Amino acid sequence: MDTAKLEFLRGTLDVLILKAMVWGPLHGYAITNLIRRQSDDALLVEEGTLYPALWRLESKGLLEAEWGLSENNRKAKFYRLTAKGRRQLREEVKIWEAYAAAVAKVLGATQPPLPEEIS
Amino acid sequence: MTPAPLWRRYDRLTGSDPATDVKDELHFHLESKVDDLIAKGWRLEDARKEAERQFGNVAALQQAGERMGESMERRRKFREYCAEWLQDVRYTLRTLRNNPGFAAIAILVLALGVGLNTAVFSVVNTMLLRPLPFPQSQQLVWFTGGKSFDAKTRAAGGLSGETYTVDVYREFQRNNHSFQSVTAFQTFYNSLQYKLTGVGEPRELDAVEVAGNFFPTLGVTPILGRNFSEEEMLKGGRPAALLTYSLWKTQFGSDPNVIGKTIDINTSPAAVNGAVTIVGVLPASFDFGAVFAPGKKVDLFVPAVMDFWKTWGNTLGVVGRLKAGVTVAQAQEEADRLFPNLKLQHKDWFYDYASDLTALKEHVAGKLQRSLVVLWSAVGLILLIVCVNLSNLQLSRAATRSKEFAVRRALGASRGRIIRQLLTESLILSFSGSVVGLIIAWAVVYYLSHQSSISLPLLNSIHLDTVALCWTFITAISVGILFGLAPALRISGTNIQIVIKDSAAGMATGRSHERFRSILVVSEIALACLLLVGAGLLLRSFLRVLDVDLGFNPSQAATMQTDLPPATNKDQLIQRANFLKSEIDRVGALPGVESVGISDMLPLDRNREWGLESVGRYHAKGADEGALVYLVTPGYLQAMGMHLIAGRDFSWQDTPDNQPVLIINQAAARREWPGEDPIGKLAYATGKVPVHVIGVVADVRESALEQNSSPEIYVPMTQVADVEGATLVVRSHMNPDNLAKSVVVTLRSLNPSQPANPFRPLQSLVDRSVSPRRFFALLVSIFATLGALLAALGIYGVISYSVTQKAQEIGVRMALGASSGRVQRDVLGRTLRLAITGMALGTMAASGAARLIASLLFATSPWDPIAYAAMATSLIAIALMSGYLPARRASRIQPMAALRSN
Repeated sequence: MDTAKLEFLRGTLDVLILKAMVWGPLHGYAITNLIRRQSDDALLVEEGTLYPALWRLESKGLLEAEWGLSENNRKAKFYRLTAKGRRQLREEVKIWEAYAAAVAKVLGATQPPLPEEIS
Repeated sequence: MTPAPLWRRYDRLTGSDPATDVKDELHFHLESKVDDLIAKGWRLEDARKEAERQFGNVAALQQAGERMGESMERRRKFREYCAEWLQDVRYTLRTLRNNPGFAAIAILVLALGVGLNTAVFSVVNTMLLRPLPFPQSQQLVWFTGGKSFDAKTRAAGGLSGETYTVDVYREFQRNNHSFQSVTAFQTFYNSLQYKLTGVGEPRELDAVEVAGNFFPTLGVTPILGRNFSEEEMLKGGRPAALLTYSLWKTQFGSDPNVIGKTIDINTSPAAVNGAVTIVGVLPASFDFGAVFAPGKKVDLFVPAVMDFWKTWGNTLGVVGRLKAGVTVAQAQEEADRLFPNLKLQHKDWFYDYASDLTALKEHVAGKLQRSLVVLWSAVGLILLIVCVNLSNLQLSRAATRSKEFAVRRALGASRGRIIRQLLTESLILSFSGSVVGLIIAWAVVYYLSHQSSISLPLLNSIHLDTVALCWTFITAISVGILFGLAPALRISGTNIQIVIKDSAAGMATGRSHERFRSILVVSEIALACLLLVGAGLLLRSFLRVLDVDLGFNPSQAATMQTDLPPATNKDQLIQRANFLKSEIDRVGALPGVESVGISDMLPLDRNREWGLESVGRYHAKGADEGALVYLVTPGYLQAMGMHLIAGRDFSWQDTPDNQPVLIINQAAARREWPGEDPIGKLAYATGKVPVHVIGVVADVRESALEQNSSPEIYVPMTQVADVEGATLVVRSHMNPDNLAKSVVVTLRSLNPSQPANPFRPLQSLVDRSVSPRRFFALLVSIFATLGALLAALGIYGVISYSVTQKAQEIGVRMALGASSGRVQRDVLGRTLRLAITGMALGTMAASGAARLIASLLFATSPWDPIAYAAMATSLIAIALMSGYLPARRASRIQPMAALRSN
């Protein structure tokens, strides 16, 4: 399977970005790296979608940004989860897990469902 | 993440820059990627190319980022602004709480200014600005006849000169092309008397006869039932009536099943008698009196049976509704052609009925326009004075707060920030004042709308509406900015260092403030002066009007509408005369009654016109021959307190069989028999038979106190049957209320169905006639008083403050030997200088403005010295009074204490 072709489901990118930042502030480049490595190179976040998503989250108040120095001593914009962002992440994770479980159940089924009981 | 080094933190010092931020952020990303690729063994060139390839369209991303960054920036600024504003509000509330005296005075003064403004705006809005309460009311046009007569003749013609005959009305209706419909109502609504019987005590009803298309033309639909049918408009048709909302509510308890019920209505002389069917109820919003007859209360409407009225003279008031797209001017043009043409076809018409067509709105309110504008300006002046006053108060507070502001500025608050804070403060004050003002306005409007004794059109329909609320809102904002801006600019502009250093150097700013405040006070006095002159002139006019010799004596006399038996032939006329005589005799015999008489109409009320032409004299063709006519009984002249100059009064011997007689007024004598004694002369007045003039009475102001008398004729009710109602006039030194009962009882002993009509003092006619003038004079006087009081407050504030500031100086002077009297005189002198400067400016403005109100004045010159003198005296008195307290304080300054205190 071509990893680069793994398309993000709608809304998935946001929750991944939020998740990426639970361990501390990150700049955009680090976020792509983190998601790529965390997914064993399965998920590649393109710059063209990453930055708009970051700015959107920032303007919604889920992230806040600050300029700082990167590990290679360059000026970089670091994003950090806000309290609101943390709450949002918890919500999204819950929803995502429920959704994934439901999809998995359907896809993993080996036989048609039993006829519904008519009471 | 490593925190940015200190210098990095300041590279956005000049403000945020979203574009650079985005560029930097994306640049960093590219560089990092290139680094990674190099680390994997790529060559620099290739690594850069690869990174850019992976990145895709940088420019587009950059643009999107800038857009988002900017909008975020805007939102952030807005949030900050709101936060600052909230901070200002909190701060203001805290300051005001610490200074409740100032807050209370400011809010009260503002409330008065804004409240009166809103109230007057409601009046102006209802009477001038808002359209009449009819759909597409701009299409409604009022017809005023007699265009071809000169102004004097027109005024003398009274109502008869402006109204139309049935024939003229019908012909115009048939032949015009400008109007969707033309309708009419019977203006002589008292010639038929309506009496409600069978529901409680017999009650007199005020009814108006209207044409069948009257309500459809106005666009008024009954809320219950229907309009008159064709059949009901015909002679002999089923009698029908439409109730007004108020009668339906009060007399019928809002009974929804009232339609189809009959009420007994006795009318005299003839038309309807007996059962009248209620066919509909009109909406509450329709108020006939408000539009067509200010102050008149109408209970019901009945059909004007045109076939009944067609033999009568000019009695119809005509209203038309223009076709869509036709202007009043176009309709006027058509009418100018049509009326003379119609006259050519109808030789029997009295004259050509050339008419002035005016928008109904203008007919209703046009005459009031100037008065209302004056009222509005007066209340605007009040508001200006309020603003100036508050500016002044703010400045005097600024003196004590200057250190606070200096410290804030020293700590980094920008000048704009301080101005904003001060404006927030003044806006909060003006809005709180406006809220209280709305309560005042509501009360004033409520009071005015319940004044039935003021005959102003639409007065009863004034109320506070959304437009008035918007007006208040706009006023509040502009007042807040107006009175806040000047002090804010001055306070924020003061030199920080000087203030902080305090000490004597601070006096420099004090002085400059003081000069500015003096200018404010001078302008305040000038405005008050303007108001006082205006009020003085209007009051003088009002008093002059009251001084007019009416030609009758309104005090100690009262009037009451009475029933009259119908009289269509000679026998009935004689019967009626006997009935009248016994009525008058019996009422006259009541204890305390001095004289009694009956007339069909009273002066200063409605009137009608017949002709008067002396016999045997040359009358130029087209010469004015109209005369207002009053049908009276013997004793009426005496009961009214009119002056019989020559000849005799009527007597009960002036029966239909004896020679027909007539009494005329001086104006009629001057016109018909100039330089001659009219007694015993013959004239055509009441019919084909010439009548003898037996008496001359002094002129009576019959249409308005301000208007000279027109020719009048008095006709004995014992000889002529054609009455327009009947009003009993009783002259007695007793209180009318005590007399009312015995008079009604006496009348009922002769006529059991006599309704218990109200017994009105004759004076009320005069009061009613002058009520609009009184209304305006009173309001403007109240405003002027208020303005003067506010000016006094301003003077007091400035002088008192300057005394405090100069305490030390005064102390030195007193130590050097100045007497306390001298100090007091100095302070008062300064007060007077301010007052006189203000008055000089005000007088100049007033003499300009007085010309504008000249048309509202009566027998008073716009340069009336008494009005100006009164203004000057009262302003100087006010100035001295408000300067006296600070002056006394100055004279009591202990030199030693003052010198030590600093």
